[in-house]
Amino acid sequence: MLSKSQARAFFLGGTVVTFLIFIGLTIYSFQPKNDQTNHHQIDANVIRGKQIWEANNCMGCHTILGEGGYYAPELTKVIERRGEGYVKAVLQSPIPWGPRGRKMVKYEMNDEDTEAVIAYLKWIGNIDLNGFERVVSPLAKDKE
Amino acid sequence: MKYKSQKVAYWFFGLCMLLFALQIVYGFIMGFARIGWDGLHNVIPFNTARAVHTNLLVVWLLTGFMGAAYYIIPEEAQRELVSVKLAYVQLISLALVGVAAIVGYHFNHWEGRKFLEIPRELDYLVVVNVLLFLGLILATLFKGKRKTTTALVLTMGLVFAALLYLPGMIWFDSQVMDSFFRWWVVHLWVEGVWELIMGGILSYLLIKLTGVDREVIEKWLYVIVGLTFLSGLLGTGHHYYYIGVNKIWLIVGGIFSALEPLAFLGMALFAVYMYRKGEKSHPNKIALFWTIGASIVSFIGAGLLGFAHTLPQTNIYTHGTLVTAMHGHYAFWGAYAMIVLAIISYALPNVTGRKRYDKTSGHMAFWLSNIGMLGMTVAFGVAGVAQVYMERKMKMEFMEVQNEISIHFVVLLLCATLFATGILLYILEFIKYGRPTDEALEVKSY
Ligand code: HEM
Ligand code: HEM
Ligand SMILES: [Fe+2]
Repeated sequence: MLSKSQARAFFLGGTVVTFLIFIGLTIYSFQPKNDQTNHHQIDANVIRGKQIWEANNCMGCHTILGEGGYYAPELTKVIERRGEGYVKAVLQSPIPWGPRGRKMVKYEMNDEDTEAVIAYLKWIGNIDLNGFERVVSPLAKDKE
Repeated sequence: MKYKSQKVAYWFFGLCMLLFALQIVYGFIMGFARIGWDGLHNVIPFNTARAVHTNLLVVWLLTGFMGAAYYIIPEEAQRELVSVKLAYVQLISLALVGVAAIVGYHFNHWEGRKFLEIPRELDYLVVVNVLLFLGLILATLFKGKRKTTTALVLTMGLVFAALLYLPGMIWFDSQVMDSFFRWWVVHLWVEGVWELIMGGILSYLLIKLTGVDREVIEKWLYVIVGLTFLSGLLGTGHHYYYIGVNKIWLIVGGIFSALEPLAFLGMALFAVYMYRKGEKSHPNKIALFWTIGASIVSFIGAGLLGFAHTLPQTNIYTHGTLVTAMHGHYAFWGAYAMIVLAIISYALPNVTGRKRYDKTSGHMAFWLSNIGMLGMTVAFGVAGVAQVYMERKMKMEFMEVQNEISIHFVVLLLCATLFATGILLYILEFIKYGRPTDEALEVKSY
């Protein structure tokens, strides 16, 4: 029968081995040759967009890359789906946006911030998501 | 209660009850917003309600874990806590940081990263607070007469949980890296180190409630936490399938996360088997229900419902839908909420000296909250599966789908009412136990 010290060895051994593999795979994933995100295209505007995205907790309602709240539309491909003009109208709307009843927070963003958010969403839209980009709702190009 | 300083735990549990009640209020706000009753939108928009709901959850669970540690560690180490005064300082500062964060969320002051919304300046205070907590626990443990496996596993879980808070404090310019390291906190907490905390509390409760030999229980505890890390560390890959990192994670994450349910199955078998094996029949039936319940419901919520969407072939459709919310509720409920409620139910009679071991209202609290939560899980699940089909297979518009499935949120709210009634009964029981008394020291606490 298994003894207590064997059980402890199983715990410690398994933890150390899988931990090392995990760190190895993490390093592998972030090698420049494995980049799927166009990392070099992250410019000041994209960064500013990300900061605005975070400062307003947009993720509290929307998902991006499939992560966030489930209350409002997935935004990974929003620029491709709706176009820049539409997104601009949403961000600058003087009343809470909500053509289908469910309301968004009113942000009345200025042009500069709006451009930054759009730059950020454009960068997001070009990431290679291992196939998820073709499933995530509802992708204009997959609609007949 | 053997040691006077164990009384500190009571006040941690009290804070737990308060934060839990508030969490449920914000859950209702979101549930109503989803059926169109969004009258509070201007004051508490959905993203505020969501941040408050999930952060209160995490904070009340952590408060519960801390209370559990203050109760368990003195008894396992066989000495008083090194400083009761500092433990109260820690409690009050924890409550203050929590309140500051929650108030800030109502004024658009947050970090805007799911589950890690606490703004940076408060993060530092959290770190200080947790260091104080760990200092007290570690000092008590090392000065103690004995170091049991149960105490070590519990403490190890708490220390690692604190360490893993740190990757969540690094800023990245890339959303992909941001999300990658966010999972080091969120996933490695709930599918890693928190399982050590759960395992430690479960093991303590089983030793107390069943009377089975400590050596036997602790041996299996090692096996369970061994399975946890063996599967859970590389299982993090199940969050890396579709966020813009290498495809290697589809294989690694798929295989290892599919093994994660084993640790939860282990937990359930462990509890049920020890209960059968035990000769001792402890009079605290309510604590026994919560303990065995936690081990079984966590297997269903985390193990089975987690497995249901963890393979890459399934996750590509369910990723970021209400299917995730279904699993999130039942997993958090079974594994962590129920184990905290179990240790509270066990500890209260011992610190207050009132033996409300087998009262009807205690049983009602257990069954109403469990039936309510099961119903909520089904409602989220049906809504989620319908959403996946309409949105991701039939390519319907997001809001069109949302309007189709809103009926399931009426069902959700009805079940949530049942759930909340159960929790209300639990909190009333908590209040009826009254304050801790020193006479409780003389009462034999098994
Ligand atoms: C007690 C343990 C667990 C808890 C508390 C828990 C909770 C959660 C929560 C809250 C989320 C949403 C996170 C977010 O989007 O930020 C999530 C996601 C997920 N969980 Fe768990 N979980 C547990 C165990 C498991 C297990 C054992 C598995 C696999 C067998 C699993 C599989 C998943 C998957 C695949 C996702 C991602 C869903 C998506 O792509 O949207 N979970 N879990
Ligand atoms: C009255 C009871 C409750 C109601 C009505 C409720 C409702 C909700 C709603 C509507 C959401 C947001 C989903 C979305 O983004 O659209 C949510 C999120 C969440 N709730 Fe609750 N909830 C309740 C109780 C609880 C309890 C007791 C727990 C934990 C044990 C819990 C854990 C969570 C978690 C982890 C999330 C985030 C899920 C994710 O992002 O995948 N909730 N809840
Ligand atoms: Fe996970």
